[in-house]
Amino acid sequence: MSHPAAIPAHDVHAEHEHGGFISTYIFSQDHKMIGKQFLFLALFMMIFGGLFALMVRWQLAWPEQPVPGMSWVPEPYMYEGIIPPEFYNALFTMHATLMVFFVVMPLLVGCFGNFLIPLMIGTRDMAFPLINLLSFWIAFVAGIIMMSSFFVEGGAAASGWTAYAPLSAKAVYTGVGTGQDLWIISLIVLGVSSLLGSINYITTIINMRAPGMTLFRLPLVVWSLFITAILLLLALPELTAALAMLLFDRRFGTSFFIGEGGGEPILWQHMFWFFGHPEVYILILPAMGVASEILPVFARKPIFGYRAMAYSMIAIAFLSWIVWGHHMFQSGMNPALGMAFMTTTMVIAVPSAIKTFNWLGTLWGGNIKFDSPMLYALAFVSMFVIGGLSGIFMAATPVDIFIHDTYFIVAHIHYVVFGGSIFAIFAAITYWFPKMFGRMLNEPLAKIHFFGTFIFFNMTFFPMHIIGIGGHMRRIYNPTQYEFLQPLQHWNVFMTIGALCLGATQLVFAFNFLYSLFFGAKADRNPWHSNTLEWEAPTPVPHGNFPKIPHVYRGPYEYSVPGEKEDYLPQAQAGGRPASAH
Amino acid sequence: MLPWLPEDISTYGPQIDSLFYLIFWITSITFVLVQGALIVFLIQYRYRPGRQATYTHGNNTLEIAWTIAPSIILVVLALLSRGLWHEIKQTIPPSKYPVVVTAKQFNWEITYPGPDGQFGTADDKTLENELNVPVHQVVELRLRSRDVIHSFFIPVMRFKQDMLPGREILQWFEATKTGRYEIPCAELCGFGHSGMLGHLTVHSADDYAKWVQTQWPAAGAGGTTAGR
Repeated sequence: MSHPAAIPAHDVHAEHEHGGFISTYIFSQDHKMIGKQFLFLALFMMIFGGLFALMVRWQLAWPEQPVPGMSWVPEPYMYEGIIPPEFYNALFTMHATLMVFFVVMPLLVGCFGNFLIPLMIGTRDMAFPLINLLSFWIAFVAGIIMMSSFFVEGGAAASGWTAYAPLSAKAVYTGVGTGQDLWIISLIVLGVSSLLGSINYITTIINMRAPGMTLFRLPLVVWSLFITAILLLLALPELTAALAMLLFDRRFGTSFFIGEGGGEPILWQHMFWFFGHPEVYILILPAMGVASEILPVFARKPIFGYRAMAYSMIAIAFLSWIVWGHHMFQSGMNPALGMAFMTTTMVIAVPSAIKTFNWLGTLWGGNIKFDSPMLYALAFVSMFVIGGLSGIFMAATPVDIFIHDTYFIVAHIHYVVFGGSIFAIFAAITYWFPKMFGRMLNEPLAKIHFFGTFIFFNMTFFPMHIIGIGGHMRRIYNPTQYEFLQPLQHWNVFMTIGALCLGATQLVFAFNFLYSLFFGAKADRNPWHSNTLEWEAPTPVPHGNFPKIPHVYRGPYEYSVPGEKEDYLPQAQAGGRPASAH
Repeated sequence: MLPWLPEDISTYGPQIDSLFYLIFWITSITFVLVQGALIVFLIQYRYRPGRQATYTHGNNTLEIAWTIAPSIILVVLALLSRGLWHEIKQTIPPSKYPVVVTAKQFNWEITYPGPDGQFGTADDKTLENELNVPVHQVVELRLRSRDVIHSFFIPVMRFKQDMLPGREILQWFEATKTGRYEIPCAELCGFGHSGMLGHLTVHSADDYAKWVQTQWPAAGAGGTTAGR
């Protein structure tokens, strides 16, 4: 198994599909098309996830004022544009649910996992193309189930994306009936999709690497997706079990999480976060991989500490299973457990620190070009540092007493998942767009989008630290109901203006994306002069990817090798210095 | 220091706040160093035609250094946290002023034991959303919930604890200043979560005796012992 598989995998399969429209664009088994399908699904869901966030922000800045342009929404959702508390709770619940499960995961894992893994390890497709097809269409069904929950009586789930029982376990507590059931069913269905995907990724990476592609010649983004797939494979069955128990409590009279029946509310939190913390790393590991991929290309320099990067991701993969209790310091679990979880949480910060220093080391002594993918990747590093540092506050249990359940936590998660994952996603889209669609994005528009997003992101989320320190609770409908929050209210207005500008800036991206899809400049095979195998494939990449499976001669980051004519030395290029320093 | 942190009126609050500021300074310095290095590198090593980037795959000494340095800082923070956490959450000092707080959608029911100091007797008294305590006395909180999970949050007291249905959680605080302060709910508990709000009144010893007098007039001139 440790030898790269020399099987000419899928040579037969490569011939099988000269299908019509439906088998090419709808029920495609081509990993690249499935990756694009995940991309479009996730970008579509991002529109809704973003709009819900803007409505939440509107309510926080100008409580109970009509939302402009929303007066058409019928009662009982909204009252002439005014958001009632029930709908407000549904909005932030669905914002987080969509962004976590239907935007960031499908983009990083579904889209880039699918598109990149076979291309970067040098094979023709995934190990199980039919399972891959199912993985997308099951996710699509899950998305329909989730969105349909808005249209049933009682509306969509309103118990937070964490669905703490017993609030989520009995309809009477929220007034949400079928909506919460659909939320549960949708996530169970989505779990099947992720499970199928992860089995495919793991099998493909282990078995189908091109000749010469040893484990330590894998690009770091493939390493990150490999580890993410393992986390998914192990975490999702556990979430599915928890969700099934919750559904049984709601519909079939069991009492897993309901005290009166002998159940234990806090059991839900243990089960949710046992999945939920690996989930956080599922959202950030591929983003780290993307940054590790892009920084060397635009710094024209080998990645600093390749092995340290790989080992630190492996360390995170193990540690992520024993830190879940840090979400529960104030939950009423035995405080002695708090000490254990605080210690493991402090430990898991170390591999992230190591990665950050290695990214800085990669930039040191480089010859740095500031194309848009690089700008997004640099923003990822910079914003992830803030998200990482703010985590130390809540890891310290006594400090967490005060900041738990405040906007400080909201700031933290958005610096990790937006500042981290979403910036990495923009980096990935701009970097691989030429290979995915055969055209270049418009660079000035991409730069406008980058600077707008960077500025307005910080304007929206940085003050959340400040109001969090002021004690501003999360998930409250109307901050002006509290005397001690009055002096902080101007920040809410400031952040909402930032959020509205942040939303508007995304129109630039949407335009650039759609325009370039059809009218962008034709892309060369290797526009960024990169080393990895996906750039060996012709553009646009045909079915089966490579005319001939490439042979890999060296690691993925041989840039500016002394004595070479070019400042890059592709993995598949024979000759040159072997320079396999890894 | 930071103007946004609410004032503190608890005995353990100053220790929480100093730990907060210690982490604030450590993270702020790290922030400046890391972002500073990033900016310096971006300017110093920006693209210039014909320049060759340094060809290196890393440095093991550096890797070891930047593994050990954050580890030491984080271990120290964990050790500092342990003692304080133990003092706040795991040791309940003896108290003459126990109260039962029962959360329900969307109120705090505050039950006082009355002059006999015993719960479950006829002189128990329950007030909605009004917690009255004497200053400079350990107050024991017995936290319960009737329906969903709520979280009893007193920002000025640096106090927060979730309340679970089917369980009683023992906690404590000691106020150092008189006044009237807000007690919001910090855990999403339904459509009325926002605005689920009680008030803490910290009385001076004399005022507390007067308050007891007005609440339990039949108990006679029990004075300061009446609340026991």
